[in-house]
Amino acid sequence: MSTLIIISILPIILLYIGLYKGQKALLPVTIIGLLVALGFGISQWNNNAQPIYHGMMLFDNFSVVFSSVTIISTILIVFLSKDYFEKISSHIAEYYAIILFSLAGIIVMVSFYNLTMLFIGIEIMSVSLYILAGIKKSDFASNEAALKYFLMGAFSTGFLLFGITLIYGASGSFNLEAIRNFVVEHPHNIDPMFYTGVLLIIVGLCFKVGAAPFHFWTPDVYEGSPTLITAFMSTVVKTAGFAAFLRLFTACFAPISDFWVPVLLVITVITLFIGNITALYQQSFKRMLAFSSISHAGYLLFAVVALGASSANSVFVYATAYSIASIIAFGALILVQQQSGSDNFESFNGLSKKNPFLALVLTIAMLSLAGIPLTAGFIGKFFMFTGALNKYQVVLVILAVINAIISIFYYFRVIIAMYFNDADRAELVIPVYYKFVLGLSAIATILIGIYPGFISGLI
Amino acid sequence: METLTHNIQAIPLNHYILLSSIIFSIGVIGVLIRRNAIVIFMSVELMLNSVNLLLAAFSVYRGDATGQVFVFFIMALAAAEVAVGLAIIVMIYRNTNSIDINVLNRLKW
Repeated sequence: MSTLIIISILPIILLYIGLYKGQKALLPVTIIGLLVALGFGISQWNNNAQPIYHGMMLFDNFSVVFSSVTIISTILIVFLSKDYFEKISSHIAEYYAIILFSLAGIIVMVSFYNLTMLFIGIEIMSVSLYILAGIKKSDFASNEAALKYFLMGAFSTGFLLFGITLIYGASGSFNLEAIRNFVVEHPHNIDPMFYTGVLLIIVGLCFKVGAAPFHFWTPDVYEGSPTLITAFMSTVVKTAGFAAFLRLFTACFAPISDFWVPVLLVITVITLFIGNITALYQQSFKRMLAFSSISHAGYLLFAVVALGASSANSVFVYATAYSIASIIAFGALILVQQQSGSDNFESFNGLSKKNPFLALVLTIAMLSLAGIPLTAGFIGKFFMFTGALNKYQVVLVILAVINAIISIFYYFRVIIAMYFNDADRAELVIPVYYKFVLGLSAIATILIGIYPGFISGLI
Repeated sequence: METLTHNIQAIPLNHYILLSSIIFSIGVIGVLIRRNAIVIFMSVELMLNSVNLLLAAFSVYRGDATGQVFVFFIMALAAAEVAVGLAIIVMIYRNTNSIDINVLNRLKW
């Protein structure tokens, strides 16, 4: 609870600091505030949480774990923002404030116990992100990304709301427990309205997490937004989207899984193939990462398809591995982009000669995203596939393995560019903050890959 | 208030569901086929308002106020969305002198 309060008040303090020209204090205050929020979050661990505020929110272990992983990812991204926003505008307090408002929405999304809070959380997060996507006001790509994201986001909210309304009409409540009881008490004669509602909620949430066939906005928005914001969207926001997805389906719709599993199965397979095959022929590294995030959404959907006791755990491990690796990839991209002004694969040519450290951490990130053993990505995929096999989804796992093999091709393109293609380039100056974030993330990736035990047993 | 509730309940619930679904579909079709950003925006609002209507109808039929409270949340957040959305459209208009979404083709759609 205190986590949410701190993260809601912190941005207002930041706005005041910005008003009184304390630009230097913004980054430290943000980091300290987030660390305090993280501490309060972790202190809620295992204290038999009950729903609070008339059953609106529930800060259980699931919510603590996902709040923590989103807060930690945000801290890493905020570190990368050192000297980044100054290039865009002199009013940088607003950017930190909006990122934190978005994070507050995310905390609501992972802790909701009532469909009202799900809707409010998603909206607080999305409205902040519409602004963040468009912060480069004179850059046309950024404008376009903001408008596309806004129109598609508002459109998907409509579907989500219609779904929520139909479920309310059938069950008479927004409370997750009441809806679950309704489903359990009427196993055979549920109103068709309820099923339509579930389908519309699936559509709305798939839009938000960028799963095919509702993914078409993702590549454009990710490519057009400022790289740092793309990093935030593809790590923290995606994690939160899946946490909300999983929480809703575990809490409410698990008893009628026969109805929605086939639908999600089809969505998962389409997402995997579209994400991976389109990523193969991208020339821009940033756009490739956008498509790879679509394919990772496919892997994350495994946990919902094979809904069970271990689903939350596998989403947690996978999302952690994916977030850390993506932060490295986007951090490296920001540095390379600042030097060469382009985000194509060619701008990574010969990076290993001048910047062996950057090339090494980026290689670790790519190996983790591709799911090579001894990295965190492998452990994540392992948990996902085990969960699916326990539900006898053998065909799904075979298709996913084929996709994992396809993904190796495009992840290795950047490694080949860095180590085997020669190019005349000057040495990149890596700021201390970047060294810290990149090094820490690379160590975490390897550590989780070798000893998965210390995060895999949490929930 | 009592008579109002009775009047609403005099019409079968299915009619409200049908009406809302039709309005919602008009909104969806509007988003998909119109090219003007403002009109798309209005279609989205139409979708949200059909949801509001349906929520109010369900709420009256069940004699349960939570549905109507939800309507207030939708209205408040839709207003926030409008503020941000119109700002984005103004930003686009300043850069391109157009709000036709066909000009948004610098990135592959």
